[in-house]
Amino acid sequence: MRATCWQGREDVRVEEVPDPQILNSRDAVVRVTSTAICGSDLHLYHGYIPTMKHGDILGHEFMGEVVEVGPEVDNLRIGDRVVVPFPIACGNCLACQTGLYSLCENSNPNAGLAEKLLGHSPGGLFGYSHMLGGYAGGQAEYARVPFADVGPIKIPDDLPDERVLLLSDVFPTGYMGAEMCGLTGGEIVAVWGAGAVGLLAMRSAYLLGAERVIAIDRYPYRLRMAQERAGAEPLNYEEVDVVEALREMTGGRGPDACIDAVGMEGHHSSAMLQGYDRAKQSARLETDRPHALREAIRSCRNGGTVSVIGAYAGFVDKFPIGSLMNRSLTLRSGQCHVQRYTRLLLDRIRRGEIDPSFVITHRLRLDDAPTGYEMFRQKQDECVKVVLKA
Amino acid sequence: MLWVKFLVRHFPEVIRVDTYMVMVRGAHDGDRARANGGTMREVPLDVPEGNPVGRLLPRALGLLSLGLGVAAVAAPERLARIIGLDDAAPARSAALRMTGIDDAVLARSVLLRMIGARELLPVPGLLAARRPAGWVWARVAGDVLDLALLFRALPQRRGDRRRRVAATLGAVAGITAVDVLAALRSGRAAGSRRRAVAASGTVTINRPTDEVYRFWRDFENLPRFMYHLESVRTDGDGRSHWTVRGPGGRRIEWDAELVEDNLSEMIAWRSVRGARVPNAGRVRFARAAGGRGTEVRVELAYAPPGGAVGRAVAQIFGEEPGQQIRDDLRRFKQVIETGEVVLSDGSPAGLATPQQVLQRPARPQAARPSR
Repeated sequence: MRATCWQGREDVRVEEVPDPQILNSRDAVVRVTSTAICGSDLHLYHGYIPTMKHGDILGHEFMGEVVEVGPEVDNLRIGDRVVVPFPIACGNCLACQTGLYSLCENSNPNAGLAEKLLGHSPGGLFGYSHMLGGYAGGQAEYARVPFADVGPIKIPDDLPDERVLLLSDVFPTGYMGAEMCGLTGGEIVAVWGAGAVGLLAMRSAYLLGAERVIAIDRYPYRLRMAQERAGAEPLNYEEVDVVEALREMTGGRGPDACIDAVGMEGHHSSAMLQGYDRAKQSARLETDRPHALREAIRSCRNGGTVSVIGAYAGFVDKFPIGSLMNRSLTLRSGQCHVQRYTRLLLDRIRRGEIDPSFVITHRLRLDDAPTGYEMFRQKQDECVKVVLKA
Repeated sequence: MLWVKFLVRHFPEVIRVDTYMVMVRGAHDGDRARANGGTMREVPLDVPEGNPVGRLLPRALGLLSLGLGVAAVAAPERLARIIGLDDAAPARSAALRMTGIDDAVLARSVLLRMIGARELLPVPGLLAARRPAGWVWARVAGDVLDLALLFRALPQRRGDRRRRVAATLGAVAGITAVDVLAALRSGRAAGSRRRAVAASGTVTINRPTDEVYRFWRDFENLPRFMYHLESVRTDGDGRSHWTVRGPGGRRIEWDAELVEDNLSEMIAWRSVRGARVPNAGRVRFARAAGGRGTEVRVELAYAPPGGAVGRAVAQIFGEEPGQQIRDDLRRFKQVIETGEVVLSDGSPAGLATPQQVLQRPARPQAARPSR
């Protein structure tokens, strides 16, 4: 089959590789019909995630048709259409049974590696480094899906791929980001990053009761999208001081909740500050550039909540713990526990409350994956979300 | 990649301790269990006795020392005749120099009795000590003195006496060779006990204690998640036969016996006397806080022998036995909770942590890998 393979920094290639096979009795093999490039795939593309190997198949947002099931999978049949959540979860361990699917205690065979870096290991992910499992990803014609009796959600035939594909990651991730804000109605929520996850977090914040949503980004087309498609008030951080502007916009108080949908490759409008973290990152003195996180913490109102759904990998510098502690902020975070939300959000899609496909801007063939990565990275042609069709 | 290798290398979880420290660790575990209100017992995990052959030679040498020493002390003149040092003149000067006694016969007797006494010194150690290596080396030192004395005496003798001194010299040289061999062998045995390796690991399993206990109690299940084990065969009466796979296809086998078996609480086993790689293990099961499953704590200790077998054993158990136990326990948890060891494309055989660094790319392999 053909698959999108990581071949080093800023080098992905679509290569011919062997077809996947059933390795465990609870596996299924899916013929991928649609798959997307995630913002977090760019961290791999840029070489910031440790323990990648040349030849690794990328991709953790995919859906398709079941073509093979292991002997222990009794809920799926060949021919079923499924969306596959990006975390791999067994459903049997304490983490899974308490809804913390991305922290599955059994799905990372390389947990020993992750423990060295993170203290304890989270669960395994598709196509996201060897430290997080060494699983082949879904930007391919076929994909092996472990614990297929737990993760994949069946999709009725009347829903087209694009409306449900983003249930695999960005929609639940944005939704969880808003849910972690603990909204009870009437809040002001600020969202850093108006990419796919950020846009869906803005929409989710409204779904969960926010009264106002503010979008922070620097690309005018993304801010326009946030304004037009997600109903957010735009804020361009290259034009204003974000902390000041947010103070101004919220009657001096600050947003009730701040969502970091940017993560480890943040950008700062000040060339000096940007250069400082960029240099430290290059010298491996820190792994992540936390510009958005610093701003989110400093902007949040006293007693508010900072919700981190942007991906971070390791260590950051100048973390404003004083602001966090002295002002009684709550910091919440996590890789999305997708399995917890798929059914709920599929229902919302079916009821017509939201159509997450509004973030999709580009549709390419699988063979054009390298173009898709480069286009997404350069933000060419107003790119927000690239979907690859096998 | 490099810095991950660096991390792996610089967080060594190796615990190199002798058996006494294993006991200390056991005691600490007991403290912790008490502090948690647990019911774990303070039974030291001691590496059992290895091959007893290593102590036969020192004992034989002890008996030889006893015989020679008693002969020299009780009948120095007769001994002097046998070894060809019974002539007056040359012996007189040597014995006189060494003892300061101006009487040839008396001086010779005193000298030989002193040698005899020296010969007797290491006897108790050789016969009774648990680690006789030092005593055997004391014998070697005595041999060297004797050889020096005889070398000096040889050119001063003629005829029959010269032949007898030469024969004695040959005999002492032969004994010296045996002594050196014995010293090296018992030193290695002692060294292996000093090098005894102990490691422990713990994991919490989302299943009731009795179920987890029952799975482990069937030792034949262990190779499903302990990858260095090739097989464990049990017979009815608490004995089991263990086989591990070594590098280059080398197999190492031993018999083990059940030492303790407390229902749903603890299982302890150890190799039977005479195993090439003496080892012991203990696993304890306790209800996790809040009833959230079962805490499993495993302790293993083994005494690698010297030589090729020792190197093979070291490779099997890995450079980081602690890490290996954690990897084994992770697979144990996978098997109990999900039904089997979880595989990924990068580690289709479920690799140990040191191998995870060097694993294959995350893509399907051409043929289904077999373990």
